[in-house]
Amino acid sequence: MLSAHHLSFRYSPHTPFILEAVDLHLNAGEIVGLTGPSGRGKSTLGRLLAGQMRPSGGRVSINGEKPPAGFSPVQYLHQSPVFATDPRWRISRIIEEAWIPDAAAREDFRVKESWYDRYSHEISGGELQRVALLRALAPETRYLISDEITSMLDPLAQAEIWQALIKRAEQGLGILAISHDHALLQRIASRVITL
Amino acid sequence: MSFLQLERVSVGFMRYEGIFRQHELGLLEDLSFGVGRGEIVALIGASGGGKSLLAHAIFGILPRNAVVNGTIRIDGSVLDDTHRNRVRGRRMALVPQSLSHLDPMTRCRKQIGWAGQRAGHPLDRRKTEALLARYGLDERAANAFPHELSGGMARRMMIAIATVGDPDLVVADEPTSGLDTEATGGILRHLRSLADAGKAVLLITHSLAEVLPFADRVAVMRGGRLEAIEPSDRFAGAGETLASPYARALWIALPQNAFTPGGAEC
Repeated sequence: MLSAHHLSFRYSPHTPFILEAVDLHLNAGEIVGLTGPSGRGKSTLGRLLAGQMRPSGGRVSINGEKPPAGFSPVQYLHQSPVFATDPRWRISRIIEEAWIPDAAAREDFRVKESWYDRYSHEISGGELQRVALLRALAPETRYLISDEITSMLDPLAQAEIWQALIKRAEQGLGILAISHDHALLQRIASRVITL
Repeated sequence: MSFLQLERVSVGFMRYEGIFRQHELGLLEDLSFGVGRGEIVALIGASGGGKSLLAHAIFGILPRNAVVNGTIRIDGSVLDDTHRNRVRGRRMALVPQSLSHLDPMTRCRKQIGWAGQRAGHPLDRRKTEALLARYGLDERAANAFPHELSGGMARRMMIAIATVGDPDLVVADEPTSGLDTEATGGILRHLRSLADAGKAVLLITHSLAEVLPFADRVAVMRGGRLEAIEPSDRFAGAGETLASPYARALWIALPQNAFTPGGAEC
C-alpha cells in the first residue's frame, strides 16, 4: 500500500501551504481517481508521492516503510510526454534508459519496434505517451501516478491506453489517476478523491 | 456561402534536404468547409494534428517557409494579404492557444486599450469595464499582470481582447485546455453567446465530449484531412445517425459511452 501521512507542502516558510496534512492510501491493484479544481495541488501531491519533490511536512510510505533510494517504485507521468523525453534521444534510448522491455511488454502498449530509431517528435502524441508509459512501467514499478496522461489525446487513443492500464492494475499495479474528466474517472476508478 | 469559407485549403512546410534540394512537407490537405454567422463549428482532431496551423493560415501568421494553397473567403471575398490586413482584428479575431500571447510586462487594462486602438475602437475607462464585466472580470483583473490571473481568467481576458473590435468571426484555438470543468463551461458559454449574437465561431479543440453541448456542427479531422462534418446532435446513443464511421468510433470510445478503442480499423 502506498500511503501519504499528513503530507504538507509549501515552496517556502513564508508562502501559504499548497497542501496541508493530506492523508491518502492506494492499494496494490487499485485505481483511485483524484480530482478537484485547478490549483488545489493535485499534481504536487502526485510528485510528492513519487518522491520527485520533498514534503514540507508528513511522509510517504510503501507498505509502512520508507520508499527505497534509487529507482522509485512510484512513477509519475504527466500530460505532455514531450517534456519528459530528451529531444536529442531516439525512442530506443528513451525506453531502455529505464529497462529493456521484451516483445510482450511492448505489445501491451502497442509500442512498435519500428519507432526505435526515431526521435520523440517523429511519432504522434498518443504514440509518445505509450512510449512514456512503457518506460515508466519497469518490473520494479508498483504504483503509477497518472497526471492527466490522456487529456490531450483523442478518445480512441485514450480508451486504448486505459484498457492497457486496467489490465496492468488487474496484475497488481496501483494507479492514482489525476483528472478533471469525471466520466473517465467514473469509468476507470473504484473510488474518487476530491482535493 | 458561409461567412468563413475554406475551399481546398492545404498547408505545408518547405524543408531543405541538403543545401539546394527542397521538398514540401504536407500537414493539412484539402480542407473545405464553412462557418456561418450564428453558429459554432468545432474543429476536432488529435493534438499535433495541425489544427492550429489552420487558424494561423486564416490569420496569415504562419512562418515564412509555410506554403498555403486553396482559397479562404471572408463574407464572400477572397482573403488575400491586402484584404486580410483590412479585416484582421476588426472583422475577424483570434483567441490564441497559449497564455504567453499576453504581454507579461503590461497590465491587462493596457493590453485591452492597445487592442481597441488596433481595431479602431478606442476604449475609455467605462467601455473597458463594461467589456470586462461581460466576461466576469472585475477591476482587480483589469489592473493585474497576466501571471496574476488564474488560467480561466486569463482565457476570458484573451477573449475580451479578441472581441474588442466586435468582429464577425472569432477563431478560438484550444481555449479550454488546462482548465477545470467549471472554468471550461464558463469559456464555452461565452463563445456560445457570441454565436447567439450573430457571430461566426470556429472552435479548435481536441475534446469532443466537452464541446458537443455548445457546438452546432463538428468538423472531425484525421491525419491532416477532414474526415467528416456532423451536426452535434448526431453524437447521441450509439451514434447510429453519424455518417462517418470514424466519427462514430470517436463517439463510442468516450468513457461515458462504450470506452472501446476498437475503431482503429475504420
